[in-house]
Amino acid sequence: MYNTGNLVKELTQKHGRKRESLIPILQGIVEKHNYLTDEAMVEVAKELEISAAEVYGTASFYTFLDTQPRGKYVIRVCKTITCSMKGKNDIVHTIEDMLKIRVGETTSDRMFTLLETNCIGWCHKAPAMLINEIPYTELTPEKVVEILKSYLKK
Amino acid sequence: MTKQGLNKVDLIFEQVDAKEVLKKANEMTGEEIIKQILESGLKGRGGAGFPTGLKWKYTAAEKDPEKYIVCNADEGEPGTFKDREILDRVSYKVYAGMAIAGMAIGARQGIVYLRGEYKFLLPKLLKELDAFHKLLKELGLDFTISYRLGSGAYICGEESALFESIQGERGEPRNKPPYPTSSGVFFKPTSINNVETLVTAVMIIHHGAEVYNQLGTKDSRGSKVFSVSGDTPTPGIFELELGMTVQQFVNEFGDGDTKAVQVGGASGFCVPRKKFTETIIGFEGVPTGGSMKLFNSSRSMYNVLHNYLDFFAEESCGQCTPCRVGCQQLLKGIEKVKKGEVKSTYLNELVKLADTMKMASKCGLGQSVGNAFKSIVENFREEIIY
Repeated sequence: MYNTGNLVKELTQKHGRKRESLIPILQGIVEKHNYLTDEAMVEVAKELEISAAEVYGTASFYTFLDTQPRGKYVIRVCKTITCSMKGKNDIVHTIEDMLKIRVGETTSDRMFTLLETNCIGWCHKAPAMLINEIPYTELTPEKVVEILKSYLKK
Repeated sequence: MTKQGLNKVDLIFEQVDAKEVLKKANEMTGEEIIKQILESGLKGRGGAGFPTGLKWKYTAAEKDPEKYIVCNADEGEPGTFKDREILDRVSYKVYAGMAIAGMAIGARQGIVYLRGEYKFLLPKLLKELDAFHKLLKELGLDFTISYRLGSGAYICGEESALFESIQGERGEPRNKPPYPTSSGVFFKPTSINNVETLVTAVMIIHHGAEVYNQLGTKDSRGSKVFSVSGDTPTPGIFELELGMTVQQFVNEFGDGDTKAVQVGGASGFCVPRKKFTETIIGFEGVPTGGSMKLFNSSRSMYNVLHNYLDFFAEESCGQCTPCRVGCQQLLKGIEKVKKGEVKSTYLNELVKLADTMKMASKCGLGQSVGNAFKSIVENFREEIIY
């Protein structure tokens, strides 16, 4: 849970109140809070004068507009064929061991969520993952440990 | 334009003076620009291969004064990463392509739909866009480009799903007709072009159609940026002249043990070793949006197919039944065959299902699942069963 405060109003001022403003507004909320709460979606619906079902229906279509609680850092490991061939499972196991969570779970301190995702466009530098929007490529278990350590220090 | 060695080309990433190209285009009429593009034989570089000149011609013919140029940068096909590289290295050429397309069809607004996975590039791209807008102003050209971000849905690369997404809706493909040229984004006449197509158009205007025409074959003119990955010592992005065979490609990029090449990504075709020499990469053989994945003999083609079907089952928008149910049943079906729960002849039933999906699905996603499915099952049947 989080309090959206003035965020929805700020986003509607920036993107407008048309139907086409909906996705940029939802993206703006996710950028700040990492997922969409029911309350946030209801608030957006009121601002745009559309039904909350329309907002949820749109949000739930898009993988990156999460409607379930997510950590501050969402790790998405690519599972499509090249990354899969080049050691994706080792990367996932390393993260699972280090953060003590499984794919789909969030750490108890709400810092990290571990997910698998479809092709993120780094097949020539597989295996690859995104942490929020930042891509990390040519991963090895050792490299992943270093990357996660840098996030733990943040 | 430099031609290095047998068939390596440097056209897409070649630096040009955007101002000069825009001036040159601005001195031409819309019809003249379209004529150049038609004569070049350029076909869409996103994968579907519709003649770009025709797309522009149809959009230009529409009477509505409000028209759009949409740049499809929702590069989601597994194994494709060339559009990211193009935007990263020469975004000004993408913008110039949009402006020239705008002159050709009479549009003053352009929208780039960038996949959410490439959001990290956006600050740089917006900065470069500012500089480009200044250049347009300096030249007195009335054209404005804006960005829209995707949010992790493969289907939004389908043109009408992309329009729905820009309009703030679920990315569900529309029925066609009407086609985008008459009813696209905001239901206005729209020319939607792939990133690479727009850059190629700039280079055609720059060098002239007759120069571009010298590259490639009758059915596949010009060159193409290939995204090479999998079992290869040299993964990466390569611009090559069209018309080569898979064998020539494997000679260059294979690791000496290549048993199959998946051309065109998960929605493309699997070419087995025995067909390398007879298969041309291009519209006369196997078309590709650029994705080239090499598999060597250590790879299980069952795993490859399973990975693709898992991908499609997740990415099907769920709107039409043949695709929604078909993807899941193909996936479950090969799992059952592998476990021996059903006879191997069950694969024949699955092939029929893939054919039904091709006929009955609403959009390109469901229609092309059968490409990979059939080409892998037919060529590697024993690997699927045992």
